[in-house]
Amino acid sequence: MDTAALTEKVAAKAVPIYIMGKRYEVPEALTIMKAMEYAGYQYIRGCGCRGGVCGACATVYRKAGDYKIYTGLACQTVVEPDMYLAQIPFYPANRATYDFESAEPTPETVFKLYPELFRCVACNACTKVCPMDVEVLDYVSALKRGDLKAAAEISFDCIQCGLCASRCMGEMAQYHIAQLARRLAGGKLAAKAEHLGKMCADIEGGAFADLLGGLKSMSVDELKKVYTEREMEPHMGADEWTPASSHGLA
Amino acid sequence: MPYTPELKELIKAVERTRPERVERKRRGEEIPFLSLDERKERLKFHPDFKEEGRRPLQVGPSKGYAIAHEIADLLEAGSRVDPDRIDLSAPAYTTDVLVIGGGGAGTSAAILAAERGANVILATKLRHGDANTMMAEGGIQAATKGHKDSPYFHYLDVMGGGHFTNVPELVETLVTQAPDAIRWLEHQGVNFTKQADGTLETIHGGGTSRKRMHYAADITGAEIMRTIRDEARNHADRISVLEFSPAVELVLDESGHCAGAVLYNMETEEYFVIRAKAVIMATGGCGRLHIQGFMTTNHYGATADGIVLGYRAGVPVAFLHTVQYHPTGIVFPEQAEGILITEKFRGAGANLVNVEGNQFVNEREPRDVEAASIIKECVHEGKGVPTPTGRLGIWLDSPMIEQLAGEGTVKREFPGKYILYKRFDIDISKEPMLIYPTLHYQNGGLEFRPSGETCVPGLFIAGEVAGGIHGANRLMGNSLLDIIVFGRIAGTSAADYLAAGVSEGKLSLDHVRAYNAEVDAAGVSDGRVAPAIIPNYTDPAVRERQLTAHYVGNVR
Repeated sequence: MDTAALTEKVAAKAVPIYIMGKRYEVPEALTIMKAMEYAGYQYIRGCGCRGGVCGACATVYRKAGDYKIYTGLACQTVVEPDMYLAQIPFYPANRATYDFESAEPTPETVFKLYPELFRCVACNACTKVCPMDVEVLDYVSALKRGDLKAAAEISFDCIQCGLCASRCMGEMAQYHIAQLARRLAGGKLAAKAEHLGKMCADIEGGAFADLLGGLKSMSVDELKKVYTEREMEPHMGADEWTPASSHGLA
Repeated sequence: MPYTPELKELIKAVERTRPERVERKRRGEEIPFLSLDERKERLKFHPDFKEEGRRPLQVGPSKGYAIAHEIADLLEAGSRVDPDRIDLSAPAYTTDVLVIGGGGAGTSAAILAAERGANVILATKLRHGDANTMMAEGGIQAATKGHKDSPYFHYLDVMGGGHFTNVPELVETLVTQAPDAIRWLEHQGVNFTKQADGTLETIHGGGTSRKRMHYAADITGAEIMRTIRDEARNHADRISVLEFSPAVELVLDESGHCAGAVLYNMETEEYFVIRAKAVIMATGGCGRLHIQGFMTTNHYGATADGIVLGYRAGVPVAFLHTVQYHPTGIVFPEQAEGILITEKFRGAGANLVNVEGNQFVNEREPRDVEAASIIKECVHEGKGVPTPTGRLGIWLDSPMIEQLAGEGTVKREFPGKYILYKRFDIDISKEPMLIYPTLHYQNGGLEFRPSGETCVPGLFIAGEVAGGIHGANRLMGNSLLDIIVFGRIAGTSAADYLAAGVSEGKLSLDHVRAYNAEVDAAGVSDGRVAPAIIPNYTDPAVRERQLTAHYVGNVR
């Protein structure tokens, strides 16, 4: 639904907000993003998924009479009266280029690519500013200790909006370092799925070529019959479940 | 905002029936699946079956084919720019492969083409990674567990979900390449949810006969997207990224081969030409066209641009008469309207219940059947839950999951949605979610082959812009799969095409001139231009007062 229709339906009372210092009256129930569109803006930058996962619409705001810095995603944060806001659609950040194939999943790989990691003074501004409530300082500390797995886990909800980098006393781009840690942890430290390799080998060996050829040559009615009669894995059952018939398996 | 007192009162009906529903779930008692005939009857409540919602195309290679008005409006429109004003003699960039679109399909294609030695420009309308891929939550299907599953069963499920209309060769490619796609992602460092020994966790999705949905918590798409984007950035020597630069036309050469594109720098408002030996179209879907007025889960740039460009260049469209409505989009709180609630909630045991607290459909029917059932329950049976703004919804009983799988499960397994609702003072481990179908996916698109080729030499496609894989309805988890499988294929095919030698002829926009003439002759454009590029969300009252602003289509 477009903003105008929404506004009409909500028929909410208007509240004043200050977009980059300039006052606009907007309906009280809108998100910052919809409020800016209501005010007359058309987004090019600062708007992405509109669902809180892409990191395009990081917004910084203060409230009248309050010294604190607040942050939020424009697409997720509801306007408040007398909020003073600015979006930060881009913040410059240093990202190291590396060869993932040859990269060792060791602390040294991270330290070498991002020596600025040790400029962290543990001020915690990164954690305070994170709109996703990621414990940024905790994963930075894990990285300094060389615990890539912990850093990968703690940073998992990061949407790479860049607000942490904008506030960092050590001038690092935490989210790029976390990305490196997650890839090393996921691709090189976690155990590989053995069943996956086996299935790939079966497919490469042509184990299903005849079965699929058979399905492809069926009439729609024949296919519907096979489809309807296929055995369903029980919903609450264990992973080890096996079907009654081995037809269709390797 | 939290639930209103009225809604809190209605939640009591859900709480009253919950203990009994939990018991039934524990005993494995489900509402029976509909038979194929019953599905057919149920689908009459699906928006695709509303005749007044579509019209036959009057122009182009698929003339006579009836599709949604909102897409037809774009196909029956003139070009944004007069082709005579574009200087094709001085391209701003020259490259081997131009990838249009920076989501999962385009990024996979760029990596594979670069690994085969091609120089690649990846041009994207918003930022690299601003795509529906980023938003996909539930998972990615692949038959990876040989003791119970195989591409044979995956094939059957895909065909059944698509009502047996899918292109068989495309489905075969999808299901046989699926495990290798997962292996590639695992190798790239995607943190799939796993057991300690490396076994991938898998669950059911709507329409699956085996548990083959792999996932990375509830942000599977984001985890995949940020990982492969990182890999693309590591290939900076071969992959250049142009952001905020949507393509507005394809460029052909005098022999009809695709040879580049006209792009628009949205910030400096310049149009410029990229010359390429091959083009990969990976522009995604159309949710922001708000078909039949539905809310959408899609990202800001999902406006079907690639369909328009490909169609003008001569590629027919297929399966575009069907659009997928995800059964469970947020309908309250209104600020979050349209946002997708992953099917995984239902996979984990949450029931769908009506205003009386009763179940009315099995929670794992294919998406179109599920959506049609919800619409029927709300609109035709009068058992929807009214929202404060006059909409209707159905409860998705997430607190059940806590009782089935233990306290804390909702927060642990669905951290993204838990946080989102927390912001509105709703704790979804204690209160159910209010949902309604939301426009989610373009089932159809441009016609293509399993190799990624189209009927225009040098033009390859991958991802949501393509049609045929999913037939008339896609199953959950097959879109993340499709973008990786066909993205990698398109990148490889484009590199092979280059290696075979491409003659570089004179660039031409004659196909655009011819298309404009056809649109004029049919008298259907009403002055419209396409592609849309971005939706129009500015308050109309403000637009009326913008007396000197100049809009071409939606873009100022």
